[in-house]
Amino acid sequence: MQQINGMDILRPIAQTGKYFAMMGHVFSRPERMRVFLKQYVKEMVSLGTSSIGIVLLISVFIGAVIMMQMALNVTSPWMPRFAVGYTTREILLLEFSSSVMCLILAGKVGANIASEIGTMRVTQQIDALEIMGVNSAAYLVLPKVLGLMTMMPILVIFGIFAGIFGAFLTCWVSGIVIASNLEFGMQYQFDEWHVWASLIKSVFFAYIIASVSAFFGYNVEGGSAAVGKASTDSVVSCSVLILFADLVLTQLLMG
Amino acid sequence: MIELKSIYKSFDGREVLHDINAQFESGKTNLIIGQSGSGKTVLMKNIVGLLEPDKGEVLYHGRNFIQMSRREKKRLRQEMGMIFQGAALFDSMSVLENVMFPLEMFSADTYRDRVRRAKFCLDRVNLLDAIDKNPGELSGGMQKRVAIARAIALNPQYLFCDEPNSGLDPKTSLVIDELIHDITVEYNMTSIINTHDMNSVLGIGESIIFICEGRKEWMGTKDDIFDATNEQLNKFIFASDLLRKVKEEHEHERKQPRQ
Repeated sequence: MQQINGMDILRPIAQTGKYFAMMGHVFSRPERMRVFLKQYVKEMVSLGTSSIGIVLLISVFIGAVIMMQMALNVTSPWMPRFAVGYTTREILLLEFSSSVMCLILAGKVGANIASEIGTMRVTQQIDALEIMGVNSAAYLVLPKVLGLMTMMPILVIFGIFAGIFGAFLTCWVSGIVIASNLEFGMQYQFDEWHVWASLIKSVFFAYIIASVSAFFGYNVEGGSAAVGKASTDSVVSCSVLILFADLVLTQLLMG
Repeated sequence: MIELKSIYKSFDGREVLHDINAQFESGKTNLIIGQSGSGKTVLMKNIVGLLEPDKGEVLYHGRNFIQMSRREKKRLRQEMGMIFQGAALFDSMSVLENVMFPLEMFSADTYRDRVRRAKFCLDRVNLLDAIDKNPGELSGGMQKRVAIARAIALNPQYLFCDEPNSGLDPKTSLVIDELIHDITVEYNMTSIINTHDMNSVLGIGESIIFICEGRKEWMGTKDDIFDATNEQLNKFIFASDLLRKVKEEHEHERKQPRQ
């Protein structure tokens, strides 16, 4: 009854239940605040600071490509000259810097978290924590979740600026659009709320990336192959959940 | 003392442990022996609370672990030390940090005192010169010694070792066995060791239970293991020709008239 074509239809429900049960353990008072703060700072560095390079690199190129696409496809005698700058800014602010950037980071950071915790599970390091009386879920997952939620808005700000820089760079190098037109478009009818909406979305996406990846890693059963599968599953699940959350949050924040 | 009363455990309808009763005394090295897949590790996981038995009681000095509240279990766990088959050292930490970890989490000592205690434990296992190394830089035997140092950092009452000699050469195995035995006697701990290494059995087996297909088949000491009449136990210990010869010599010596 539970199986359709060999697939366990109740598995997603069971997994969701397990996820919330684990989160119940994660969001408990840390055993030692000193140890927690140390871990929290460490995770901010390893998950956030170490991602700045890739965020800047991707954002510069995406900013450049978006500007180029807009210049080639949107420009017409019927469109104002600042349209390229305006649309580039809106895309960068509303979707690229938060949603697309988080989809990319789900691959980098999510896989990292799932494989790190998964390896700890298969090498019995998590069992060792449990035997000592440490709440392993809280000790391992909470600093990662809070660390990434703290760092993600900062990465988004870096992404926005790098994207704008990429757009101007293309403008100056290729001359496809006049820089002053681009600048005017970038400032035209600027709504500060769009930045806040992007930052708010990124905090939710950071929670999804860290918690879902940690869930897959924490529940690994088996050996290295299982860790690899957990990594892949975490990236796929995070991506789907980010897209779904983007839909809901966009409606809530912009609708 | 740890006491097991009628422990049963099944996975997906397959019975792995069947009516296990045993007593593990303080100040002694208690061994659980049996071939691979006999249920030793599952039994140990049930004792330490990583798994919960389907039926039965695990009594720590008369207190039933299964019925304890989360807070009580947590408090009891701080009195436990465990050495895992693969050492299970935290690979993101140095040797010193690994040994300091339980102290960081549960001790109210100052940083200086925690370092002093961790160094004392590392000195006890002769690893003071490796404090700044990462676990990945250590040999298997050294990793096990670090695991022992970490396990005794909080002065536990109970020490659990799951296959402490797996993957080690006979000489290093002997060192680990002696270390576990000496620490057990020194701190009057209740030690339970899972093993299928007959050298350990004959070396430190002060109290032994033999498990076969999830059932307790025999209980005794290293001195009477050769006289055991249990067929499964004899199959297990005399799987090696060397031990068969040892037994023959043992019997020969007993038959010789005393002068």
